[in-house]
Amino acid sequence: MFDIEKIRGDFPILNQEIYGKPLAYLDNAATTQKPQCVIDTVTRYYEHDNANEHRGVHALSERATADYEAARKKIASFFNARSEREVIFTRGTTEAINLIASSWGGVHIKSGDEVLITHMEHHSNIVPWQMLCDRVGATLKVVPINDRGEIIMDAFDALLSERTRLVGVVHMSNALGTINPVESMIEKAHATGAIVLVDGAQAAAHLAVDVQALDADFYVTSAHKMYGPTGVGVLIGREAILETMPPYQGGGDMISMVTFEKTEYNDLPYKFEAGTPHIAGVIGFGKAIEYIQGIGFDAIGKREQQLLAYATAKAEVFDGLRQIGTAKEKACVLSFVLDSVHPHDLGTIVDREGVAIRAGHHCAMPVMQFFNVPATARASFSIYNTEAEVDTLFSALKKAQAIFA
Amino acid sequence: MMFDLRDLYLQVIVDHNKAPRNFGKLAHFNHEADGYNPLCGDKLHVYLDVNDNGIIEDVSFEGEGCAISVASASLMTEAVKGTPLSDFQQKFDTFQHMVTSDLEELPDEEQLGKLAVLAGVREFPSRIKCAVLCWHTLKSAVEDSHQVAKTE
Ligand SMILES: Cc1ncc(COP(=O)(O)O)c(C=O)c1O
Repeated sequence: MFDIEKIRGDFPILNQEIYGKPLAYLDNAATTQKPQCVIDTVTRYYEHDNANEHRGVHALSERATADYEAARKKIASFFNARSEREVIFTRGTTEAINLIASSWGGVHIKSGDEVLITHMEHHSNIVPWQMLCDRVGATLKVVPINDRGEIIMDAFDALLSERTRLVGVVHMSNALGTINPVESMIEKAHATGAIVLVDGAQAAAHLAVDVQALDADFYVTSAHKMYGPTGVGVLIGREAILETMPPYQGGGDMISMVTFEKTEYNDLPYKFEAGTPHIAGVIGFGKAIEYIQGIGFDAIGKREQQLLAYATAKAEVFDGLRQIGTAKEKACVLSFVLDSVHPHDLGTIVDREGVAIRAGHHCAMPVMQFFNVPATARASFSIYNTEAEVDTLFSALKKAQAIFA
Repeated sequence: MMFDLRDLYLQVIVDHNKAPRNFGKLAHFNHEADGYNPLCGDKLHVYLDVNDNGIIEDVSFEGEGCAISVASASLMTEAVKGTPLSDFQQKFDTFQHMVTSDLEELPDEEQLGKLAVLAGVREFPSRIKCAVLCWHTLKSAVEDSHQVAKTE
């Protein structure tokens, strides 16, 4: 049973007024709110267990280490990684992609090779590849999208070649809500010898992800979009590939033996975790995963689709509204423009009604260029959102139209 | 005190957004500049024609942006057209001061004229840059800096 009142009660921040109106937080694609259990876990860590991990023999350090590694175990099982050696903590999706581009890309991508991404990638899955391609003389290719905001699969097939070393694809688009057919893309990429990086920053809070079933080589995401803390994320990589990669950063924890002549690197996953990590963040991430598991993706998926359908139906009959992103497979994102009100004015106006949405290019400028808009307004939903909040959004849109009428 | 949205979106602003004055490229101009706000994607281009006596003979702008940025650019062109170029820096400073001053401080309507309608942006910190982008762009044009103006 999906108990919305109970779920809303888990998120203390939701219970507040903005300019005298109840907060309707519809900016979940930017970051989700945190349930009390995650907040308590982080606080408890600092109140009781704080120490540096993997370094001390004292009780606090052992507790911090145990909790940190327990989180890794939880996260490994959540994504069905083959082992905890495949689970590397990073600062977030962005750092995970940079790690792959720099470490894996630096070794495996040579002049004349190709990296294939899609037109709907977040800047964090574009820019690191551009930087790499510029450095080594490789070529960045882009799979086009159609008017609904879906990858054109025929074009993907045509662009995939034996020169393609890596395919980078977003699992769920933050700008459009599109859920991409990553499983079949991975199968096709593997058939031509390319490896695949899936950007799961958006997807991981909304769909069950099984990296083995997908056969993904790299799957990356950020805790803060899954009810966890900011500043922490994860890279799940195929062990056989991670083994071939040099360290990303040098420092403490990533070594097993250092002399001035030579350093031996630590084993996976520590080889890629130089320095003191965001221990509280990782532990909070583990708790957030438990929270998601407590509700379960069946219930989450059903509820979120219901809410999206409700919002979409309203959008379709709203005068002067154009939806950006109408893929058949999509989740939780309603991106749109109004013909009489610029998205930034809209953002300001609905804010005064207590409604938090995002207005802008959503770090996906090529998507804006494709749809020929400078920016969009984006409402993005989560488990704690209600139909009443969607109604508030649409009456706020009416107010905005009235101001500009 | 709580500001109403109508304090930001005053009728003057809505009007100037709908029907911007001095919009489009000038046939004759001797200064120009680009302005860009990467955060919101607002783009502006201003054209400036200064005559031999140092008077701003004509000024215009093109571009796209939110209502605040379009209205501000439109109002700016009206405010500087026909005035001595040597007065521009002072106008720039006065405007900049108005949109960043404390809320209690009343805008100097005598100096600012119609521009005072933009004082409401002070209540909306994330929107101040929308109002000042055009001024930075015009400043770039005046100084022939050949750099894309930004507000940061
Ligand atoms: C699809 C997608 N990829 C990557 C990112 C980057 O995530 P982060 O900023 O947490 O590194 C985001 C979040 O903004 C995103 O939505």
